[in-house]
Amino acid sequence: MKQTEIEIKALKSRLADMWSLVEQQVRKSFEAVTAFDQDLAHEIISREKSVNAQELVVDHHCENFIALFNPVAVDLRFVLSLLKINNNLERIGDFAESIALFVAHNQTKAIAPELAKQLQLKRMFDTVLKMMEQARTALAKEDSRLASRVLGLDDVVDLIHRDAVPVLAAYITAHPDETVEVMGIHNVVRRVERMGDRLSNIAEDVVFYVDAKELRHTAYTQLPKEEKN
Amino acid sequence: MENQTIISAQGVNFWYGDYHALRDISLDMEAHTVTAFIGPSGCGKSTFLRLLNRMNDLVDGARLEGRILIEGEDIYARGVMVDELRKRVGMVFQKPNPFPKTIFENIAYGLRVNGVRDKAFIESRVEESLKGAALWGEVKDKLKKPAFELSGGQQQRLCIARALAVQPSILLMDEPASALDPISTSKIEELIYELKTEYTIVIVTHNMQQAARVSDRTAFFYLGELIEYDETKKIFLNPEKAQTQNYITGRFG
Repeated sequence: MKQTEIEIKALKSRLADMWSLVEQQVRKSFEAVTAFDQDLAHEIISREKSVNAQELVVDHHCENFIALFNPVAVDLRFVLSLLKINNNLERIGDFAESIALFVAHNQTKAIAPELAKQLQLKRMFDTVLKMMEQARTALAKEDSRLASRVLGLDDVVDLIHRDAVPVLAAYITAHPDETVEVMGIHNVVRRVERMGDRLSNIAEDVVFYVDAKELRHTAYTQLPKEEKN
Repeated sequence: MENQTIISAQGVNFWYGDYHALRDISLDMEAHTVTAFIGPSGCGKSTFLRLLNRMNDLVDGARLEGRILIEGEDIYARGVMVDELRKRVGMVFQKPNPFPKTIFENIAYGLRVNGVRDKAFIESRVEESLKGAALWGEVKDKLKKPAFELSGGQQQRLCIARALAVQPSILLMDEPASALDPISTSKIEELIYELKTEYTIVIVTHNMQQAARVSDRTAFFYLGELIEYDETKKIFLNPEKAQTQNYITGRFG
């Protein structure tokens, strides 16, 4: 194996570490808010430092690779994408932390099952986790078709987010004493929606790396038909 | 004169005896651009470069098919004078090869063999050429010194000045910086940026980063074939052909 390929393999493995770390944070933040588990929330908050540290590790390796190996063509697209994916993962980690902060400091009880059901929280969480899984597989397998499917899933997340506002408003009307807590829940929903956006960015970065195609700022509806499925 | 084709190769095949060195090469180069030829040793890029000013004419068993037009004229047509052609198409080689003469005489030589006798004219042209090659400031006080007293990088710029003296429209450069240190290399590259406003430059280089830095378009040759020819930006970000990508990323063979 050529040295360039060895370096790329090492970079991929460091990003995989970052990815696992962030995925765990996200998964736990969903569990913590669903089950009102404050211990778990504190664990997420203390783990956030490792996410930031790992972001720097990946960044430094990318910088070194660019400085020492002068990557071009697919290697250049790879390292540019990796830098952006790394940054997006770190932001997703931040969102998980802010959900954990709500659970640790402002949440007073588990979300009422009826409200969770109306908000489609479980479906929203599952969709984001699925996006995360698909984006990761798409990068590993250099599969841009799979990556563009992540964009379709983000539409689902956006719709759930949009529908949440009237549901929360109705709940506040019925339970005016829980207004502050419900606003916190709205913030959680908003963070999850932002996670979806960041995962879409990651999917676009994967497509740029694999196909050199620019998807950013292109309406999803303008994509060729087969890429929407 | 933007977007005007100045060099046009049409279905060029070339043989050294039985060896088929170039296979069906067609490409057009525009005036005032820098085109880089890249590819592994023996791929035909230097052979092709040398065809552009008929440097292969005297090679035993050399045979050409196809046409090469420079400024619209078939340079292999009957009646074309090779020394007239080389006035229009100058060449700079891998190793600096100044004449064993003074700095001044190196530049003046080309003018003298072309019959120029006017001393004042020769002097002004020597100065212009040395300025054009970004060497004037360093040598203006030692024009009577032997050219061999210059450093390697200066000698190479002297060779560029020598080529400029007869006012060509095209400059061919065969790995012009491969024998130079990074500082001299960067001077040559800076010079290429400046020269392309007046000249059309074709450069053969083994240094991928140099090709990326200096050229507008890049042609990748492999085993005598032109595999890919496109904008340099495209070649180095997203080449069409897997062979090009494997070569420029160092995954070849």
